Amino acid sequence: MELNSNDKERYSRQIALKQFGETAQLKLLQSNVLVIGAGGLGCPILQYLAAAGVGHIGVVDDDIVTLSNLHRQVLFSTNTIGISKATAAVKVLKRLNPAISIQAFPVRLNNGNAFELIKDFGIVIDATDNFASRYLINDACVLLGKPLIYGCIYQFEGQVAVFNVQDENKQLSANYRDIFPSQPEKGEVPNCNEAGVIGVLPGMIGMMMANECIKLITGIGNILINKLVIYSMLTNNTFEMEITPNPDTKHLIPTDEKAFKATQYPDSCQTENAFEDVGIKEFLQLMEVEDTVVIDVREIGEKPIITSFPHINIPMSELKKQVPTITQGNILVFCHAGIRSEDAANLLSNGINRVYNLKGGIIRYNIQ
Amino acid sequence: MTIISFGQIAELLSNKITIDTVSDTDTLKNKLEVEFPALLTIKYAIAVDKKIVSNNTVIKETSEVALLPPFSGG
Repeated sequence: MELNSNDKERYSRQIALKQFGETAQLKLLQSNVLVIGAGGLGCPILQYLAAAGVGHIGVVDDDIVTLSNLHRQVLFSTNTIGISKATAAVKVLKRLNPAISIQAFPVRLNNGNAFELIKDFGIVIDATDNFASRYLINDACVLLGKPLIYGCIYQFEGQVAVFNVQDENKQLSANYRDIFPSQPEKGEVPNCNEAGVIGVLPGMIGMMMANECIKLITGIGNILINKLVIYSMLTNNTFEMEITPNPDTKHLIPTDEKAFKATQYPDSCQTENAFEDVGIKEFLQLMEVEDTVVIDVREIGEKPIITSFPHINIPMSELKKQVPTITQGNILVFCHAGIRSEDAANLLSNGINRVYNLKGGIIRYNIQ
Repeated sequence: MTIISFGQIAELLSNKITIDTVSDTDTLKNKLEVEFPALLTIKYAIAVDKKIVSNNTVIKETSEVALLPPFSGG
């Protein structure tokens, strides 16, 4: 593979760096990176990796854009509210750099699909926002021997590290479980969206992650292998800690793909409001997302009968007696005024699925 | 011995801890958990002189001990 004249022009400013040059640019163009999560961290990562010319990028995110995302998730805009993040991100990135290939995976990463998604990529970037995904991704990357770029934030601080890089003796460097062996219990960490965040922090941490990714691909500089960096945006202090692979944590990682698929990664972030309230616009858009079921929780015989979209009926009275097993990852619930469906949403949330409640019910929107 | 803490542990300790140097990380953990029982319910990593340690580790008079909780946000 050689750089064409367009490449030479587009990437000229980084090629001009002596340590970088055309060799590094070619390595970028031949690399493939999977970015899991297109949120606060994922947006800047994707933007800079696409701009730098990473040849193939995969974007995994099953969420949709909401108004409260826009202060930090800079790939999105007011007119993409309600649209799949993965799809919206890919659209913007293709405009930014049509010469590379970018693929959207608008699905929820879970232990059933992680191997399939990750195996075709050379590098994985964890830009998720919950412990379940972080441990799941770590374990899958250890088992598949994939380098993993890790970053996370809490209020005004962030952490960055690079895990699972093979050394010359084919030994993998430290991974997430060498720092934090097991997943925090439910409620242990007051995190998720409730913690609050200033938009620039995921921007800065995301950029550090993109930087590690570019260095790892091109072989320039020092990479955060066996190291964890902690950055505080309030003080501008940076702390670098050494990590030593810890053999005692090995047994915490499933032994193979089969064991991995049988491992539970419960969402410790689940709070009392495990579901999300949505308006009709989002509700109708969410229906189009793969792996979705719509549930009417009104009692049998309640009017009006809804015919404008497909759904199933599980009356609240039955749901209270026994919560049925729902196989779909996305659950949309509605009732007459949005009160019963709120209870139903709570009952149906299991920490792994995503549950959305039509706030105000069908009466607010006059749905038939 | 100086202690630096991050995330929710920094909030918990509110940066006002003055603990006399203890001999090792296990002793420090016990001492902190008596003073701040909420630490018992949190998983966190300990670094001594910028090295994350998994076993009981000696703390020197001049050591800097960091308490690191995991973050999940993104």
